[in-house]
Amino acid sequence: MDKTQNNKAWFLVLPVLLVVAFSAVIPLMTVVNYAINDTFGNNQFFWAGLEWFEEMVASSRLHDALGRQILFSAIILAIEVPLGIYIALNMPKKGAWASVCLVLMALPLLIPFNVVGTIWQIFGRVDIGLLGHTLAAIGIDYNYTNDPIDAWATVIVMDVWHWTSLVALLSYAGLQSIPQAYYQAARIDQASRWAVFRYIELPKMQGVLLIAVLLRFMDSFMIYTEPFVLTGGGPGNSTTFLSIDLVKMAIGQFDLGPAAAFSLMYFLVILLVSWVFYTVMTSLDRQESR
Amino acid sequence: MARITLSNLAHSYLAKPATDADFALKQMDHVWQDGGAYALLGASGCGKTTLLNIISGLVRPSQGRVLFGNQDMTDAETAARNIAQVFQFPVVYDTMTVRQNLAFPLRNRGKDAAYIKARVDQIAAMIGMETILDRRAQGLTADAKQKISLGRGMVREDVNAILFDEPLTVIDPHMKWELRTQLKSLHREFGHTMIYVTHDQTEALTFADKVVVMYDGHVVQLGTPEELFEAPAHTFVGYFIGSPGMNILDAQVSGTRAQLTGGVEVALGHGYGTPKGRVQIGIRPEYVTLTQGDGLPFALTRIEDVGRHRIVRGTVGGQLVNVVVPEGQPLGADLTHVRFAPERINVYADDWRIAGGAV
Repeated sequence: MDKTQNNKAWFLVLPVLLVVAFSAVIPLMTVVNYAINDTFGNNQFFWAGLEWFEEMVASSRLHDALGRQILFSAIILAIEVPLGIYIALNMPKKGAWASVCLVLMALPLLIPFNVVGTIWQIFGRVDIGLLGHTLAAIGIDYNYTNDPIDAWATVIVMDVWHWTSLVALLSYAGLQSIPQAYYQAARIDQASRWAVFRYIELPKMQGVLLIAVLLRFMDSFMIYTEPFVLTGGGPGNSTTFLSIDLVKMAIGQFDLGPAAAFSLMYFLVILLVSWVFYTVMTSLDRQESR
Repeated sequence: MARITLSNLAHSYLAKPATDADFALKQMDHVWQDGGAYALLGASGCGKTTLLNIISGLVRPSQGRVLFGNQDMTDAETAARNIAQVFQFPVVYDTMTVRQNLAFPLRNRGKDAAYIKARVDQIAAMIGMETILDRRAQGLTADAKQKISLGRGMVREDVNAILFDEPLTVIDPHMKWELRTQLKSLHREFGHTMIYVTHDQTEALTFADKVVVMYDGHVVQLGTPEELFEAPAHTFVGYFIGSPGMNILDAQVSGTRAQLTGGVEVALGHGYGTPKGRVQIGIRPEYVTLTQGDGLPFALTRIEDVGRHRIVRGTVGGQLVNVVVPEGQPLGADLTHVRFAPERINVYADDWRIAGGAV
């Protein structure tokens, strides 16, 4: 059978092409433009090639920020994932308390990022903050504005407070989807509590946990607002993560070339890690349905 | 192994059951003899699974007691009861191999490795999985997974009873037959008490020595397949067992005569006096014969040929009556009447069978 060829249909794609071009492609290409040129304003550009990239790759400032960033993401993943699973395991499965718990768990997720930063900024202050003042009163030398360790602790506790709910809610959804027959069979087989977790709950949660880890990794790797409001990257540079450093560079110092090169590499790293996660997840799916 | 007694048992899923309708299981007394092969038959939602879960301890009954032998087990944990149970849908431990799955109940009970290996190999041979013992259970098909579940149910030798909750639903028909035969031979070999829940009468009748029929939370009859066929204790049993089910007709009975609607009268095999309540008579389609004028006038509606026999559907005095006609017997237009074999007629008052007296 002959098919009629009609290429007019391509015009229907035009609106979406325009929207994507204006909202994503052109802004991104602008960044690329800044990354490979040098400019002194007035829209005058001088070819710089890969110089900015070379400078950034060799920059110890960026290395330090990247190191802090990786450490931060690793710590919050190591705390939030097990804690989230633990909370999900202990949440009531049905009844009125289940709804109450769900609402309570969802609350931190609904608070705007800069409000979270402000809450903890005040909460931790030694002079007027409930936490800071209490710690000082019981004799603990705590001051997040002076001490890098205290600042790190505060940023991590803040992130755990803000985002553990997400892991818990996802795990909870995973747990709820396990049919009752699995638990019944485990009781018949005389499985211990640990065996139930290890052989039933954990394998069944695997999919949602991967999503939780991916989301928490991406978000924590891009974190900006909360530590910026809380510590402003200080004391010194001790809580200056990648995006805080990027903003300082681009807007504070107006080094558009290095900042643009930096952003592109930053973007590629996140893209790469997300791709790895995606590949692992789809291969797990295939294994399951095989 | 032990006799399992359900004494005064009832269960409701509601916290404060008020009326009879709130109970998923109505009050019952029932004894499962040690070593019996029972089928628990009934329509979906009649309480079969609840009853199984009470026996295995997954559900605590709202009232009554569960005895193993003479020991009260009502509050005993599932583990203490030493019962195996196979569920309707396959339950396998995804991250384990087939071998680890089969060994899991034994390992949890601390059996030694040599025994576990021997036992697992034996079970694997029974369910035909020797060749894939070391594969991960995750990627297997649904019926392979269900065979693993069955294997896990049978791997322990010393259980008090093995409970099957419609275990062959997901298995293809050929394999179904084979597995059922194996369960049967397993039963002969080890003599475990087996309770097999199903809503498929063929499955029930081929598996069991004794069939327990449940209806709306009641055990309505316990009997051999033959008893269920010849003398159903409840109209539900008559209707549920047999294909097609028993013909059940409203009637007024006095002595040895039953008056049907439309002014027709039937002779009964026994005397019944004058029973109270809603009175019905029941007769199997196999015991109705088409005649050329002898018996009751019959209005034919359609004929179905199901292979080994034909089912003739019609009405007597406005009430539905099915007749089973053996293959090969001619069906002419002159067959306008039916005859009920008087000895085969059962009489029911308010759905329960009443025993006939002397003529």
